[in-house]
Amino acid sequence: MAKTIFEKHSEGRKGYTLPANDVKVTLNNCIPKKYCRKEEVKLPEVSELDMMHHFLELSQMNHCIEKGFYPLGSCTMKYNPKINETLVRNDGFNNLHPFQDEDTVQGALEILYELQKDLAEISGFSNVTLQPVAGAHGEFTGLKIMKAYHEHKGNSHKKKIILPDSAHGTNPASVTLVGYEMVEIKSNEKGLVDIEDLKAHVTDETAGFMLTNPNTLGLFESQVEKIAEIIHSVDGLMYMDGANFNAIMGLVKPGENGFDIMHFNLHKTFATPHGGGGPGAGPIGVREDLIKYLPAPLIAKKDDKYFLDYTHEKTSSGKVHSFFGNFAVNVKAYIYLKMLGPKGLRRVGENAVINANYIQKKLEKYYDIPFKDSFCMHEFVASGNWQKEKYGIKTLDIAKRILDKGFHAPTIYFPLIVQEAMMIEPTETESKETLDEFINAMIEIAKECEENPELLKNAPLNTPVKRVDDTLAVRQLNVKFEW
Amino acid sequence: MPFISNTDKERKEMLKEIGVEKFEDLLSNIPKKFLLKEDCCLDEPYSELEITRKISELAAKNISTGCANSFLGGGIYDHFIPAAVDHIILRPEFHSAYTPYQAEVSQGTLQYIYEYQTMICELTGMEISNAGMYDGASAAAEAILMAVRKTKNFKAIIAGTINPNYLEVIKSYTEGVGIELITIPAKNGLVDLDALKEAIDDNTGCVLLQTPNFFGNIEDAFAIEEIVHSSKKALFITCVDPISLAVMNSPAEYNADIVVGEGQALGNAQNFGGPLFGFLASSIKLGRSMPGRIVGASLDADGKRAYCLTLQAREQHIRRAKATSNICSNEALCNLAATVYMTLMGKEGLKEVAVQSTTKAHYLADEINKLDGFSLTFNTAFFKEFAIKTPVPAEEIISRLKEKNIFPGIDLKQFGYDNMLLVAVTEKKRKCDLDELVNSLKKFSR
Ligand SMILES: Cc1ncc(COP(=O)(O)O)c(C=O)c1O
Repeated sequence: MAKTIFEKHSEGRKGYTLPANDVKVTLNNCIPKKYCRKEEVKLPEVSELDMMHHFLELSQMNHCIEKGFYPLGSCTMKYNPKINETLVRNDGFNNLHPFQDEDTVQGALEILYELQKDLAEISGFSNVTLQPVAGAHGEFTGLKIMKAYHEHKGNSHKKKIILPDSAHGTNPASVTLVGYEMVEIKSNEKGLVDIEDLKAHVTDETAGFMLTNPNTLGLFESQVEKIAEIIHSVDGLMYMDGANFNAIMGLVKPGENGFDIMHFNLHKTFATPHGGGGPGAGPIGVREDLIKYLPAPLIAKKDDKYFLDYTHEKTSSGKVHSFFGNFAVNVKAYIYLKMLGPKGLRRVGENAVINANYIQKKLEKYYDIPFKDSFCMHEFVASGNWQKEKYGIKTLDIAKRILDKGFHAPTIYFPLIVQEAMMIEPTETESKETLDEFINAMIEIAKECEENPELLKNAPLNTPVKRVDDTLAVRQLNVKFEW
Repeated sequence: MPFISNTDKERKEMLKEIGVEKFEDLLSNIPKKFLLKEDCCLDEPYSELEITRKISELAAKNISTGCANSFLGGGIYDHFIPAAVDHIILRPEFHSAYTPYQAEVSQGTLQYIYEYQTMICELTGMEISNAGMYDGASAAAEAILMAVRKTKNFKAIIAGTINPNYLEVIKSYTEGVGIELITIPAKNGLVDLDALKEAIDDNTGCVLLQTPNFFGNIEDAFAIEEIVHSSKKALFITCVDPISLAVMNSPAEYNADIVVGEGQALGNAQNFGGPLFGFLASSIKLGRSMPGRIVGASLDADGKRAYCLTLQAREQHIRRAKATSNICSNEALCNLAATVYMTLMGKEGLKEVAVQSTTKAHYLADEINKLDGFSLTFNTAFFKEFAIKTPVPAEEIISRLKEKNIFPGIDLKQFGYDNMLLVAVTEKKRKCDLDELVNSLKKFSR
């Protein structure tokens, strides 16, 4: 295991240079003694090379897309084009301050304006806010918009948001955060929203419905129009969790088939990397009459001049970010979209779907695939049920063994409605050879379950560390290094 | 097609293996009428060369603070960033990894987050830090939710000297869940202590104070703490500038319970206001009410030190509607930049940054104060940012100085203060930059 940076500290080493202070004022004359720190701040002292050694050593313990396949379902771990990173590091973007005069940021505003427009176009919505910085942040914003809509209409009895049991955890958590109550409904035997159960739960109190489409089983919710009709009949709104938009880009526009609000995950669909957990972006698209509830400002254009448009601020559902959202992430999405063009966009969706179906087909004999009767979209959910029943092997064990084979594991134990779930999403950027290698590894693992179950229970064996004890981490909580 | 490996030929082979003739056969679940008949209306694809040209042209329409003499702050600061920071965050192993759910192949991410948490605890004097929030504003909002959850008191008091953008975000986060927000007005650039005493009672869940506050002024956190903790349950939340902590009180010194702030100043570029990251730390007894991810040290099967996500039972993927927050993706790479930054600067470097920012700010404030018609708005201690009264509307000064690529500060009119500029200084300013601003303000003097 790598030492911590604190153990590499050597008093007096320096990893920086700064010019000498050329004003003759001393700190004592600026900050009253009472407000001066009593105990010196303890940070490690190392040289620049020490620092490079340390973080390079850490980096080697990570899996990443460039190292190998990353079939993490729901996360769309596609390759992130390097040109994005090069271009976004332009001084003309990096060093812009959000309080600059509009005249000095016309290029930045143009990009944001165009991105709003392009995202609206490909999703079928009327306008888009770029303020939310993650999918969950988008959900929160979208639900705030829903609330503002109902409040504006005097629908004070609206209190409940319905969502299917296959929903991502952020959906119910966002519902709570805006102060609505969650009503969870069942999925049917096909893995889709159970219309009867939906009808049984829709009441006058229903404020809206949250649906991921394609859903977290990788299936397109074919009854979305019917669902929208039911929800709209009580003046509820349809929210689409667009985390899986990659599957339908260029093929379907959600705003044209029943949805009123939708978030995008730019870090998934638009290749703006996940960065080990962020930063991403979660823009929201809405239909025409909901634009007035979007967080202000929007970016608008008048006579060839771009500006921050606050005109709807009074009706807005409120700010969700200190400034205009994750600008640098938005620039990357803009570049990506411009490079794809209309045909490329469609190709993304198509190849994502082909890659997923290819793996599903090739694994159906070896793993239980509960919904294999229908083609999947960009991902599918397999189950470790057979392995568990026959050999006592858990999906967790299978996942850890996948790591041994040089791949990242699929998303496991989600969605909650499939036992021993393994959610596999290859994305469009991966080649057939990579898929074949993964398929072979999965088949090998299925055999290992039969022949050498102990191997799986002890997996992983080839990773930088062996299986990590996460219950110990809770029992003996250690969240900072003592030095 | 850009970024897609498989050729048309390979696609055909795969479709054949799947058992269909053409791609459209895979879409049997999608109602026919949903399928787009036409391509989306987007620009035709740009090649790498073309997009490079286009982006350069767009960037050239901006005037960056790198080419200007900028005194803009208000939450985002132009501090120096060592070159090596970017080399680390661009490593694909950090850059294109997902959230470290599979600990065995994510030790790199997990360990730097653990080190980040340790550094935030060192700076703030707190005992536990999470792995970061979206930005300073959402961290402040989530701290209030956390305090309310813990105390079950739904009244939250906010010092009115907080960044007004933060206040807006806090309103968005708290209005839906029945929290009563009370904003204490400012008096001479500081929160009015009498009004605070008046407002606080035993039903108060928390008091949020920003120090240095929006105007750059240093609040008397000691006196405020006494007031806060005189109420039965109220928790004391402070929102701080991490750079200030190199020289100013750690929040533990004035008994803060929860500490939040904007982390951008630590190694992250201004980027037109995003990505940013918020930090959130607290005493250990509040740890289980915390939002967001937390990394813990543990052991692997061989008994060796290893890291993993911990206290996950608070989070949305486990607790769903009852989670402490809905946050999932955060701003991890910005936290990495901050960790590398703090590593490179070390305690001496961070102190030097703080000292230079403060002393230069005070030099500038004194010089501007000498100009006829200009004066410091508040007669109180400040850190690296200060408000000045201007003889003409601030807008006029900003507009005139724009021609010389000088950004003199933020026009406070948008926040209700006429003829006032908020001026921020960092260590990057040379004396000549400060003098240039002073000289250019002279012509507005009267
Ligand atoms: C279906 C679904 N919805 C929402 C989210 C939340 O997105 P984010 O992590 O960007 O907040 C995710 C991401 O994990 C997801 O897979």
